[in-house]
Amino acid sequence: MSSIGTGYDLSVSTYSPDGRVFQVEYAAKAVDNSGTVIGLRVAEGIVLAVEKLVQSKLLVPKSNRSIQTVDTHIGVATAGLLADGRHIVNRARDEAENYRDIYRIPIPGKMIADRVGHYVQAYTLYSSVRPFGASAIIGTFDHDGPQLYMIEPSGVYWGYHGCAIGKGKQVAKTEIEKLSLDELSVVDAVKQAARIIYAVHDEAKDKEFELELSWVTAQNKRHEFVPADLAAEAERLAKESLNEEMEDD
Amino acid sequence: MEVGLKPGEISLGTTLIAVAFDGGVVVGADSRTSMGGSYTVNRVTDKLTYVSDRIYCCRSGSAADTQAVASIVTYYLQLYAIQHEEEPPVRVAASLFQELCYKNKDALSAGIICAGWDKHDGGSVFGIPMGGSMHKLPYATAGSGSTYIYGYCDTSFRQNMTKEETIEFVKTGVALAIGRDGSSGGCIRLAVITKDGVQRHFIPGDQVPALGVI
Repeated sequence: MSSIGTGYDLSVSTYSPDGRVFQVEYAAKAVDNSGTVIGLRVAEGIVLAVEKLVQSKLLVPKSNRSIQTVDTHIGVATAGLLADGRHIVNRARDEAENYRDIYRIPIPGKMIADRVGHYVQAYTLYSSVRPFGASAIIGTFDHDGPQLYMIEPSGVYWGYHGCAIGKGKQVAKTEIEKLSLDELSVVDAVKQAARIIYAVHDEAKDKEFELELSWVTAQNKRHEFVPADLAAEAERLAKESLNEEMEDD
Repeated sequence: MEVGLKPGEISLGTTLIAVAFDGGVVVGADSRTSMGGSYTVNRVTDKLTYVSDRIYCCRSGSAADTQAVASIVTYYLQLYAIQHEEEPPVRVAASLFQELCYKNKDALSAGIICAGWDKHDGGSVFGIPMGGSMHKLPYATAGSGSTYIYGYCDTSFRQNMTKEETIEFVKTGVALAIGRDGSSGGCIRLAVITKDGVQRHFIPGDQVPALGVI
């Protein structure tokens, strides 16, 4: 071996002696470096929120969205490498369409998570490919109500009441745990999500960010971006609570 | 002769009725299978075919085609039940029938009613006639015998019948069709599908009500 290191991390098809696949762990690192993404599941719907770190002031606002619609009732927010996230979303769209073609009903949350999870996992098996440097939070509304899933670069997925990934995931998770999600309305969930994203944002390290907010509500069971007036209100309240916090300190 | 049947092909001349009631469905059929229009191959046929624990299909047209289609759908529904860890909805079963019947309309002669119970919609009935269209209906009739009982169904069908009234409606319908249609006959077979399961009824030929037969 000409390079430094043990050589166990060069390929996804090599285990380390203690049974780990380093390439998959590195992929998870790529996600940990990204802007924070959270998902909340409340009784009446799902809210997705993204702290999209803006690379350049020259970028047109709302470009490079990291929340996308997969099917009428499915929204996916990705964290990590944006292009990898887009690839996952693309596959999710294919799976949703394929399911509709066969069964003529919208794909349930559990099934889309399962299918995309399998796909992501396949990229941890072969030396010719690299695992996805992206995680996906899937929000859906199906027959069993609102569903929230998160798929990791390893391909594992779990159902959540609330979840967070990216730089601020630890703080975000503690904030989510403080909420009584079952009693929250969707509108309040949007406000909380905005507040949490603002709270975890590190102004010293990352200057600019754009807040992306979307939801799937019981009302029409559709994934859509939160209406501009509510998003603005949520953002205003988030900034307010941030200022209050600073005054308290 | 049935349209679309090949020479010598075995046909389910058939009277089929399926009716949804509050909490389930009742499906009913005669039991005659004939060849060439006059020879009875089987006089105790079961045209009510299992496709999943709470969904049955009623088959008319070519016996071979409908058996093949039903077994393909059964396979898909088993797969569905395993992957989803729950019983498939009736509309999914009906959609599968429709897709197969429409995509292969040039090769098939199959008129199918798909009926059953699921937790989302309760009892529901879908008609998939020759050609492969799909119709969600409060009740459906099919087969050569059904033409003889349109008047009966139009006047006697009522919304919100009880389970017992629905059974009686189906039984009388099949009996009337048997009385007039040469390609329907034998016994009456019924299946009552509710959330609790499938209850089968059998009315032997000598106990089929002889209604209005001169």
